[in-house]
Amino acid sequence: MTKTVTKQKASPPASLPKCPTGIQGLDEITLGGLPLGRPTLICGGAGCGKTLLGIEFLVRGALVHNEPGVFIAFEETAEELAQNVRSLGFDLDDLIKKKKLGVDYVYIERSEIEETGEYNLEGLFIRLGYAIDSIGAKRVVLDSLETLFSGLSNVAIVRAELRRLFRWLKEKGVTTIITAERGDGTLTRHGLEEYVADCVLSLDHRVAGQISTRRLRVVKYRGSPHATNEFPFLIDEGGISVLPITSLQLQHQASTERMSSGVPAMDAMLGGQGFFRGSSVLLSGTAGVGKTSLSCHAVDACCRRGERCLYFAFEESEAQLLRNMRSIGLDLEPWVKKGLLRFQVARPTMNGLEFHLTSIYKQVETFRPRLVIVDPITSFLSSGTDAEASSMMIRLVDYLKSRQITALLTNLNHAGSALEQTNVSISSLIDTWLLLQDLELNGERNRGLYILKSRGMAHSNQIREFLLTSKGIQLTEVYLGPEGVLTGSARLSQEAKEKATSVIRMRAVEGKRETLARRQQALEAQIAVLQLQFQTDKEEMERDIASEHAYVVKLDQSRDEMARSRKADYSGIQVPSKKGRK
Amino acid sequence: MKTSSLLRCHEDQTEKPKLWQLRLYVAGQSPKSVAAFANLKRICEEHLAGEFEIEVIDLIENPRLAKDDQIVAIPTLVRKLPQPIRKIIGDLSDTERTLVGLNLRSSTKSGRWQ
Repeated sequence: MTKTVTKQKASPPASLPKCPTGIQGLDEITLGGLPLGRPTLICGGAGCGKTLLGIEFLVRGALVHNEPGVFIAFEETAEELAQNVRSLGFDLDDLIKKKKLGVDYVYIERSEIEETGEYNLEGLFIRLGYAIDSIGAKRVVLDSLETLFSGLSNVAIVRAELRRLFRWLKEKGVTTIITAERGDGTLTRHGLEEYVADCVLSLDHRVAGQISTRRLRVVKYRGSPHATNEFPFLIDEGGISVLPITSLQLQHQASTERMSSGVPAMDAMLGGQGFFRGSSVLLSGTAGVGKTSLSCHAVDACCRRGERCLYFAFEESEAQLLRNMRSIGLDLEPWVKKGLLRFQVARPTMNGLEFHLTSIYKQVETFRPRLVIVDPITSFLSSGTDAEASSMMIRLVDYLKSRQITALLTNLNHAGSALEQTNVSISSLIDTWLLLQDLELNGERNRGLYILKSRGMAHSNQIREFLLTSKGIQLTEVYLGPEGVLTGSARLSQEAKEKATSVIRMRAVEGKRETLARRQQALEAQIAVLQLQFQTDKEEMERDIASEHAYVVKLDQSRDEMARSRKADYSGIQVPSKKGRK
Repeated sequence: MKTSSLLRCHEDQTEKPKLWQLRLYVAGQSPKSVAAFANLKRICEEHLAGEFEIEVIDLIENPRLAKDDQIVAIPTLVRKLPQPIRKIIGDLSDTERTLVGLNLRSSTKSGRWQ
């Protein structure tokens, strides 16, 4: 017994020694397992998995913790039991052969037994003791002890003997599970909880909206803290798994590592490096905007890095997805073959929400991907109420975050509903929210993409036009002009129009420039003519002036000569003024 | 016989097989076991003189034998023969009920021999 104490992991200090059950999730809820060396009561209605839980406790004990166990079956024979659990992968016959398991079928039929006077249940003790000692069992399951009440009429003796049995089991130091049927308004029909006071688990199987969900709750656990909520659990080919997802707290690490979205242009929008690893990314948009295509780019990028990726598809089959992605130049098949990519395809209405969550949880635990795609999360609405779906998504996002797995969720917005609203109202949980939007203009639909939010990184505030080409997704800048946002052919025609206009303008400017040059030339030519004319005039005038001057001088000379010849008084002669020098 | 403590009551010395084969399961020498054996012997001698064989099995010595006859309570008397097998639990202090259990007396009309 002491050796199991050392085996338990993550148990709080100075707590009760515990016996790990090995059942997925149960040890987390009970913070380590069932009380070691003490009896635990498991109660619940018919068909809620009590026997199976007991069997799995023993099988996991034998296989994982190397603790042999004894199963005392009051309701079914060893053969029936082995047959019933074979489908879950438990080979009881093999374990019995290896002396790791003992199964004893105890048959009590009241009609075949006559009671005469005093008796005790020493026979049962001896059988149990023999079974325990012959394989050195550390674990015991009694399923279901209440058969004693129906098989024996002397209730006083049975009660006294049960009390003795539990004391005896404690002395033996075996960890025991006792199963009991739920009573009317009580935990068990015959009040077994009075005897087993250490730990009580309650199983439940409820049907809501034609979908059944199994739940487990720790009713009491003396001497130990434990989770108190009801936890969904499921029984599948691997046995029982309990989902302690509601117990998660906001304590996850925040990675600064970035990962590419698979579209370089989008990485550029997201601060140049893409998403944060371990963040949750939401892609929302109406039908046909390319949510799946965008997700598949991220898948491709993830696989290219050699990381595993798990794709939960709720609307398309694997083959259909692979074919469709090939049409945009993405061949995901090699990744599937390499084991890097796994598709998990299911109709959302096939199971309850808790089952979906548990199966996602199980898949993630076994496949250990770095990226999980859920496409689309809105499908969950069809298998539960809004509140349930939203609670489920919160747990899913929380869970993936705590595991540092990047979650890429797509959300289908129905036409007419507000775009910036998710139907399962998880927007506040999301770190990066990309909105894909149909832009309708001039009789055609085009896709626009923008980042609604992206926590912790600088990101673009621009709308990009989102093109699905045969070479994958391309993001181009949309036309932002005086006429608003233009996309598609409207953008192309607007661009062409602008180009044409600018060519015409260029030509006009050139023309004007030429005219100017020509005018200048003309002007210069005129100036030259005028100057030439002026020159001519000037020369002519100077010539005139010179000849006039020569005439006047000659005239004076000739008058002087005349006066001299006539001997006239020189001073009495007047010179005519009008031909004087100017 | 696989038992260690076998007790045969040879009232009749002939070797023909006994009509009544009874097996009493006990756990050690507990007062209930001792009382059961004494009561059984008395009843058999009274009602089945010479026709019975009693085998006593101590489960403390042979715990593995408890499984075969589906023993839960101690003491348990198992009527192996005549068929069908019947079980009577308790110290057999109630003679009437023991006789009913052994099918020696009808449970509805007491006092009538079968």
